[in-house]
Amino acid sequence: MSTVKTEETEKRETDPNPAAPHPGDLYPAGPERRLYWALADCWNVTRRTLTHYQRQPVTIVWQLGFPIVSVLLYGFVFGEAMAVPGDGDYREFLMPGMFASTMAFGFMGTTMAVVTDSTKGVIDRFRSMPMAPSAVAAGRGVSDLLVACAELTILGVTALLIGWEAEGGAPAAAGAFGLLLLLRFSLIWVGVWLGLLVPNAEAAGGLYAVAFPLTMISSIFVAPSLMPSWLGPVAAWNPVSSTVTATRELFGQPVSGGTWIEENAVLMAVVWPLVITAVFLPLAVRRFQALSR
Amino acid sequence: MSATDYAVRAEGLRKRYAEKKTAGGGAYKLALDGFDLAVRAGTVHGLLGPNGAGKTTAVRALATLLRFDGGRAEVAGVDVARDPRLVRRRIGLAGQYAAVDEVMTGRQNLEMFGRLFHLGGRRAKARAGELLERFDLVDAADKSVGAYSGGMRRRLDLAASMILAPRVLFLDEPTTGLDPRGRGEVWDAVRALVAGGTTVLLTTQYLEEADKLASRITVIDRGRAIADDTPDGLKNRVGGDRVEVVVARAADLAAAARVIARVSVTEPETDEVALRAHAQVDDRVAALTEVARTLQDEGIAVEDIGLRRPSLDDVFLRLTGHRAELEAAA
Repeated sequence: MSTVKTEETEKRETDPNPAAPHPGDLYPAGPERRLYWALADCWNVTRRTLTHYQRQPVTIVWQLGFPIVSVLLYGFVFGEAMAVPGDGDYREFLMPGMFASTMAFGFMGTTMAVVTDSTKGVIDRFRSMPMAPSAVAAGRGVSDLLVACAELTILGVTALLIGWEAEGGAPAAAGAFGLLLLLRFSLIWVGVWLGLLVPNAEAAGGLYAVAFPLTMISSIFVAPSLMPSWLGPVAAWNPVSSTVTATRELFGQPVSGGTWIEENAVLMAVVWPLVITAVFLPLAVRRFQALSR
Repeated sequence: MSATDYAVRAEGLRKRYAEKKTAGGGAYKLALDGFDLAVRAGTVHGLLGPNGAGKTTAVRALATLLRFDGGRAEVAGVDVARDPRLVRRRIGLAGQYAAVDEVMTGRQNLEMFGRLFHLGGRRAKARAGELLERFDLVDAADKSVGAYSGGMRRRLDLAASMILAPRVLFLDEPTTGLDPRGRGEVWDAVRALVAGGTTVLLTTQYLEEADKLASRITVIDRGRAIADDTPDGLKNRVGGDRVEVVVARAADLAAAARVIARVSVTEPETDEVALRAHAQVDDRVAALTEVARTLQDEGIAVEDIGLRRPSLDDVFLRLTGHRAELEAAA
């Protein structure tokens, strides 16, 4: 059995570039053309992830199903027993926390995807190709943000179904979702950095043990003012808490603990992600460059 | 011969890695220690060496995945250190360190890589179709790569590295972990590529593979090229071909050894148990004919007679002083 054909059409095959030039090549060589290809490459890497979801719909069902189940579990199992400052409704209190925790845990998804690509050699394949190196991480980021949008939509619909409402009006609600996506955006770089840092997927799985307390010690499930006095400030200064408190405010369900960090939640919900990005984006880029060292 | 006849040239490549922090600290491991290589355009060149000899480091450096600390390298006429991006337009990389996407189908993989090679959607699609046909993957084109056999995956891997019809293809241990059938499939694919004019640099631990595919072999050990020759030339270094005679009767063994001694360049060795006498010869066919005729003239009954070549295993042992590490599950 001959498995490979050496046919006479070899000449044609070795020249896959006849006919019309590619639109990207119509720009003069220089920054414009580089930008075109950086964006095109980024989109093609994004498409790859979207194809994954399309081919493995179960993955996305799990990914989107988990927050729904969490909302129902925390909302109804714990709901009646949980205390909320000012005697508010716990499910109302919980929803912004669920939005934010879904965003916060998202970095694990980024980490897993990056570590899988790097151990399986997909990243090396990309690096050996004449594509824009930035597209490897940027494409990951864009697809993660698209998935985050889908997660927020599903969560929002679930929340509406169990009687939650954004009482602060549409523009404020849009602002709240913007802050949530900003948090997710900043954590992409943490995920890329970690994904290139840890040796394999098993080690990356171990990060849950660190990520879980980091997100729990926040205002997601319980107001810091109700925590032990030594733990409360730690939770209040957790970057995730600022996003949670800010979105509670913007959704028209403010819970203020009266401290500076809680009074300035909206500001800090912008500052924290910018700080995280400023730290971890360069770290991720350096880690990527270190692959060739 | 001018420099342009070479598709790959490396001169004095050096690459050192910082060792994991040891007690002393600041220790370095030299992965490449003045590595030289010259690969003629249009040939398969084997890079042969045991695990840890520097094969993979050399390929990664030449394929722009790894920056080297010293020396010069030129691939497909381009200086690797100066213009890695242009090098990437002219090379393909396949084998253990370059992968395909396991979730997507074979076709989706090739189309994605085609778009990332900037072919544009329509040409990427057409090229994917051509390559699937050429690598005999049409039937599996729309199945997940996760369901492919090892040989099929490597063929897809080869196809992906052929999208731009590279001038130089780096094949890093392309058959490691494949069963004999998968190995045969990959070998066929490589031969077909070379017939199409591609230059192939093949790293392997399998001596048989280098012998089968490569027209020239560089042996690497401890980050240096310690030999560069044709497979035959390497074998000749160990001692050329040997004429070997197995006699029917033990009483004839000494007589057979005397017959061989007339044409051989070394003292014949005899094996009383196997009834075998053998010695190295220069003029292979003439020596064999002469020995056969004389044995017949003297009425010595012969079970078997022939020329035996030393294997690359012998070569490796002779050159490096240690055996090539062969796969455990061979």
